[in-house]
Amino acid sequence: MNVEILIEFIINVLSMGSLYALISLGLVFIFGICQLINFAYGEYITISAYAFYFISVYTDISWPIMFLLIILAGVAVGYLSELVAFRPFRGRSLDALLVSSFAISVILQRIFQLGISPRSKAVSVPSFFNLNVSLFGVVTPLRNLLLIGVTFILLVVLLIIMKRTPLGIAMRGASENFMTARLMGVPANLVISVAFIISGVLAAVVAIFWSARTGSVEPFMGATPLLIGFIAIVIGGMHSLVGSVIGGYLYALVANVLSLVLPTSLLSFRDAIMFVIVISFLVLKPEGLVRGSYEEERVG
Amino acid sequence: MSKLTGKSSQGDALSVRIKKSEAYFSFANKWSTVVLLVAILVIIGSFIWWLNIPLIEDMFTSSTITLIMVLGFQLYMGNSGILNWSYVGYVGIGAFAAAIFSMDPAVKALQLPTMYPFLVDLHLPFPLALIAGALVATLIAAVVAWPLMRLSDSVGAITQFALLIVFNVILAQWSQVTNGPRTFTLGHTRQTTLWVALGVAVIVIAAVYYFKESSLGLKLRATRDDRYAARSSGINMVATRYIGYVISAFIGGLAGGLFSHYILSITASSFYMQDLFVILSMLVIGGTMSVSGAFFGTLIVTLVRQGLRQAELGLTRSGFEASGATEIVLAILMIIFLIWQPNGITGGNEFSWSSITRFFRRVFRRGSNHT
Repeated sequence: MNVEILIEFIINVLSMGSLYALISLGLVFIFGICQLINFAYGEYITISAYAFYFISVYTDISWPIMFLLIILAGVAVGYLSELVAFRPFRGRSLDALLVSSFAISVILQRIFQLGISPRSKAVSVPSFFNLNVSLFGVVTPLRNLLLIGVTFILLVVLLIIMKRTPLGIAMRGASENFMTARLMGVPANLVISVAFIISGVLAAVVAIFWSARTGSVEPFMGATPLLIGFIAIVIGGMHSLVGSVIGGYLYALVANVLSLVLPTSLLSFRDAIMFVIVISFLVLKPEGLVRGSYEEERVG
Repeated sequence: MSKLTGKSSQGDALSVRIKKSEAYFSFANKWSTVVLLVAILVIIGSFIWWLNIPLIEDMFTSSTITLIMVLGFQLYMGNSGILNWSYVGYVGIGAFAAAIFSMDPAVKALQLPTMYPFLVDLHLPFPLALIAGALVATLIAAVVAWPLMRLSDSVGAITQFALLIVFNVILAQWSQVTNGPRTFTLGHTRQTTLWVALGVAVIVIAAVYYFKESSLGLKLRATRDDRYAARSSGINMVATRYIGYVISAFIGGLAGGLFSHYILSITASSFYMQDLFVILSMLVIGGTMSVSGAFFGTLIVTLVRQGLRQAELGLTRSGFEASGATEIVLAILMIIFLIWQPNGITGGNEFSWSSITRFFRRVFRRGSNHT
């Protein structure tokens, strides 16, 4: 095998994997604490991407402030959606939460479609994103390397928050056993809000790199990252933050390998194959690769 | 001893007679739900048939097909408490399968050049094709469902969701069967008329209600209400859920077949999130736990949607872009119902004769209090 192809493959897997790891991390933060599979998470990404579009096209502020504003948009939507659509359901059935998040997702999609445009809009990406750099003889856009770097920094920061700060410890406690954590004096509202805010931050970072890669935003763009996130968290383990990161990278690896190996006639079935893998994981190894605080919930 | 038994047998006879009459009344009361729902449907249907306005007739036919979909959805989701995302997938399978069975081979060869030859040769009359299509959906459900029935809660929901995506990808890509991403056109006249849809809906209402009241339905509802109590009472949860799921897939496939013979051109994307959202909103607003909930939810949401659709069209004509506003209103309605009235407008109860009399008695009593 050619060395350059191998390096290119590795860079692809690492950069895509970083993106997918961030996506699934954002899902797992909420799932770990509320047991909610957040169908509106894709729309968090869409909102941040639209913030990207509006700021980059209609204003000319410098890119660090722009990225800060995009992240603020992600935080706002995460926090507000929790307040409006998820807080009233606390302590109620999971199905109500699920249906509510599905409804929020539909509402946001339609608002983008109605309020902005059903067609896709081009974003103007800061020029250094698309700068081509040469690494070991392989030419790749700088954004791929940036993505790997940013993900690494974010993961380290999150690791420090979760391991060292009182808030992080409270959150880990809450994800292990919410009731016990509350009895120990962990404020439920704070912990859940922070989980949604972190999820919003991650969604905003994903939005920046996702729309930088595709170069456009559209109302339904959140669907693909959401599905990828689902696959990644199931493979990695839904109850473990580390597991979701591993799942993200593994998904990128499997997807890349499948697109190399599969014959073209089967390539259009790639998603179906990925989801068959998901189903078999859920049936055969529902705790995922990293076990976390998994509890048996199957019958029979 | 003989005295005792004599006495007790006399007592037994009496109590049996009381029980019999009670059973008769409760039986009549129970089945009054079916009779009332069917009566409402048939009266509306005959009235619309008598009006003889094609547009309204079409609207009634399509909403009756939707009603069948919602009833099948209720059968599993309402009784087991599991959000069954994959259901619309079975509707899609039934729609394509029934269409393939009923189409004329010559038309098929012309319209769908990529199709497998053995599928082209298939040809059945419409009623048989409908049932055959539903059976295909049932068969697929029966093959895939068993291991999935072990999973509950969020894991179960993700599995069903993943299954829906698998179905959608296969329906959208398998050009040898479904014409792939292109539109699948049935080259014949509409066979799902008002009376066909109405007749099937009447049977399905009775069947779904019978299922709910049967011992199997009772077991399934027990697994929904308390998993551990149900299992310790000797209920085989996996088997109970499995049968419910498969029956639900059959009704879904039936509705799909009716749908494809009504709309006459279908694509895989007509059986995906958007349709799931519509039938889910109907069931949630009506009340997931009862057959009446599915019925009245469909009725109300259909009326609301038609009204909003007209308003949307009016706005679009006057220059506003308003397509999609209907879904926003429905989604907000759904969230409001989930927060304040989680069992829907029926409150999880069945609409029956005694509920009507109770209602009138309450109204009467309130009236007499005031005077």
